[in-house]
Amino acid sequence: MFKCKTSAEVGGMGHSVKRKEDARFLHGKGNYVDDTKLPGQLHMVMVRSPYAYAKIKSINKEKALAIDGVLAVITGEDLAQYNLHWMPTLLSDTQMVLPTDTVMHQSQEVCAVIATDRYVAVDGAEAVEVDYEPMQAIVDPFKALDDDAPLLRPDKEGQEDNQIYHWERGDRAKTDEVIANADVVVKERIYLPRIHVASIETCGCNASYDKDTQKLTVYLTTQAPHAIRTVVALVAGHVGLSEEKIRIISPDIGGGFGGKVPVYPAYVVAIAATFLIGKPVKWIEDRSENLVNGFARDYHMDCELAATKDGKIQAFKVSTLADHGYTDSSANPSKYPTGMFSICTGSYDYEHAFAELDAVYTNKAPGGVAYRCSFRVTEAVHAIERMVDKLAAEIDKDPALLRFENFIKKEQFPYESPLGWSYDSGDYKATLEKAMEMIGYDDYKKEQAEKRAQGKLMGIGICTFTEVVGAGPSKDFDILGIAMFDSAEIRVHPTGKALARFGTKSQGQGHETTYAQILAEELGIPYTDIEIDEGDTDTAPYGLGTYASRSTPTAGAAAAIAARKLRDKGKKIAAHLLEVSEEDIEWEVGKYFVKGAPEKSKTIQDVAFAAYTNIPPGLEPGFEATHYYDPPNLTFPNGAYICVVEVEEETGAIDVKRFVAIDDCGNIINPMIVEGQVHGGLTQGIAPAMYEGIEYDDEGNVLNGTLMDYLVPTAVESPHWETGHTITPSPHHPLGAKGVAESPTVGAPPAIANAIIDAVAPLGIKHLDIPITPAKVWEAIQAQKAKA
Amino acid sequence: MAKHEVTMTINGQSVTAEVDSRLLLVHFIRENLDMTGTHIGCDTSNCGACTILLDGKSVKACTYLTVRADGAEITTIEGLAPEGTNHPLQQAFHDQHGLHCGFCTPGMIMRSVDLLKNNPNPTEEEIRWGISGNLCRCTGYNNIVKSVQQAAKEMAKEKEATV
Repeated sequence: MFKCKTSAEVGGMGHSVKRKEDARFLHGKGNYVDDTKLPGQLHMVMVRSPYAYAKIKSINKEKALAIDGVLAVITGEDLAQYNLHWMPTLLSDTQMVLPTDTVMHQSQEVCAVIATDRYVAVDGAEAVEVDYEPMQAIVDPFKALDDDAPLLRPDKEGQEDNQIYHWERGDRAKTDEVIANADVVVKERIYLPRIHVASIETCGCNASYDKDTQKLTVYLTTQAPHAIRTVVALVAGHVGLSEEKIRIISPDIGGGFGGKVPVYPAYVVAIAATFLIGKPVKWIEDRSENLVNGFARDYHMDCELAATKDGKIQAFKVSTLADHGYTDSSANPSKYPTGMFSICTGSYDYEHAFAELDAVYTNKAPGGVAYRCSFRVTEAVHAIERMVDKLAAEIDKDPALLRFENFIKKEQFPYESPLGWSYDSGDYKATLEKAMEMIGYDDYKKEQAEKRAQGKLMGIGICTFTEVVGAGPSKDFDILGIAMFDSAEIRVHPTGKALARFGTKSQGQGHETTYAQILAEELGIPYTDIEIDEGDTDTAPYGLGTYASRSTPTAGAAAAIAARKLRDKGKKIAAHLLEVSEEDIEWEVGKYFVKGAPEKSKTIQDVAFAAYTNIPPGLEPGFEATHYYDPPNLTFPNGAYICVVEVEEETGAIDVKRFVAIDDCGNIINPMIVEGQVHGGLTQGIAPAMYEGIEYDDEGNVLNGTLMDYLVPTAVESPHWETGHTITPSPHHPLGAKGVAESPTVGAPPAIANAIIDAVAPLGIKHLDIPITPAKVWEAIQAQKAKA
Repeated sequence: MAKHEVTMTINGQSVTAEVDSRLLLVHFIRENLDMTGTHIGCDTSNCGACTILLDGKSVKACTYLTVRADGAEITTIEGLAPEGTNHPLQQAFHDQHGLHCGFCTPGMIMRSVDLLKNNPNPTEEEIRWGISGNLCRCTGYNNIVKSVQQAAKEMAKEKEATV
């Protein structure tokens, strides 16, 4: 286990210190985007399409403009005058800011109403008259590829059908050959439906352009303020917005989970509006706009897993159809259109794998956000973990034993996966053993046998996942060409207190505490003496932001290395103060001392003071350091989750009895915060497993676009989570840390699905897609009975 | 739009204002009074981010007309404890890591005040049902439950000390 190097007062790594950011939130003094109020504040409300696919014949603004307080109605035609009606997506597709002739999904932005008051803006939006000519929407992604399917994107040069791209990785021929000759092959089409991050704070912005200074300031719900600034400069540079005149401020963020990475059309409209009007324009998304206009997942995966008759896995093949809606606005690194989906070979040691994916256009909202998951890792893990359980059922082997027999062994790391990742470290066997011990696996197996004998349905589900996070090395990872490094800048003041700034942005992860702890660990300055600042592009160093569990792997590493640069400088100052040569100075946390004479020492605070007051000849004054960290590899957090459920045969009701999550995220900065992150991620894992899924009718209408029918789990649906850890440090990260917050979202759904399917297996049910609701279970049971 | 004069007490201060018939209480508090601790997370009374105390009871201010609050006594998160101090629930949420992003926190705390008033010693299940009108997307609720449990204990001690 991790041994703390610092005292609780210093609060370095491994201490569960209480969060520094709590006070303002507890007293109602958080500052979220909707809390900003600027002089002359205007409000914007979007008019949205009731149809999934329609021609816009006309937009009549007159009645809206006649309302007292309505200042403007902005349409696609208005934006077209400035060539701002389309914008690029992160994956080189194009997305409408506002349409000029066609709407492509229900709730798409049609035009914007600007008014002096929020209520008046809504009145104005209701008064806008839009004449639509509805067309037959393509809702089913499989039908999008039919020969007679209408071409959804004729605006794109060279686009002849509704396929966006084909992607593949691995050796198709060899994998097919191994599968063809295997003793056992299990197959399944697994669907992960559209879901939404549903952060409790929706998206929004408050954009303010000063015509005198020509400066644009945007308060924005964004996880990546610097990247957004660059995007705005690239999109609107031609109208005179220059990057040094753009300030993006990401204030307190009420949950992000990937949903606050994209640039939403209304942001661009608000910026255009303030640019034209010269007064601040605020847009705050309502909940239905939020739930309907974005998505995660939506992968249909045809999986095949081949093994010997005694269960040695030999090959995995997965062919996926991805529904991207009308444009590919996936928030992925440029070279990874399917994100890190190729982690789908999992935690197991075998040679052959092949993954391919076809992405298609449909008349649905774009999105493809990496919802609390490092770019499609959730989909990948669900595929392999369901298939491993299916194999276990097929050959009648305990799923835990099957996993033990196939795990990559501790001594095999770094492990080159069949689809090209270099796993950094792990001890999968120890992690699963710990989970089994904690939950009492053997006892549950006995109980299950007894219950089955009595005709009762009880299931035990396991998931042993490997994640890939912390994007990423600049040779492979970029967003719009910008390498995915991250940054830290430390200023130690003369009195030994510090301010540190980062290119990332916390949305609840507790950066103000954990970054201070990293610096406390490295410098020995108490974490309470270190202020952390993020989210303002005018002050923070450039970084790519917080998502994909990348803050600790990238910016956390940058903090450690910047602190070490300071320590090196401090050594020169200490030598000067102690009147010895630099070679004779040694460091222990918080102080320098003379080798062999530990009583002769100077604290880090003494040294910081000297850096401003008693500078050694020839040394640059001041005590500041900056580092931009380009990670050599990604990190590979992993874990073993076990879930126990009971299912009522008569009703399909599912009762989650226990859930144990053992995570291995390497060295831990703050155990309290890590545990909290795991709890939260687990609830975001049970959500898609049992409750959430965006549903469409045949015309492309969203059927559950409010929180009344999109079931975000409450404290009642959320079980009492039990957590624990194994620690296998990352060998290449300066702190041995890996990132954690997404593991539970990735690992929980397959564990829960495996448990429920295991429960109903005696009835002959072999697979259920998530969300596994009581109704779905009941229907499957009835179908089995009908067969019998 | 018809205007109405309303008078209410908010966090101990008397407030009189002229408001539109349709103005929601949450907007009155946030926009007219500039107290932004009460949040808005949905339009359907599901999320509870806007929960306040109205005449001692927890109320979702996003579905309450300002005119209806005429004469009411209201407490928001800003008025729960004197400045610079913590109500036992605020202290407990800090101690037990009962908040991440903080957006649901004011509503969750205001709801818990009412819960503990009516049930000073709730079981875990009673707490889970008691806060089931408030959504949190970050914490997974484990530590919110622990926070309410800690506050219940502290408040019981305080009550004992004053008896």
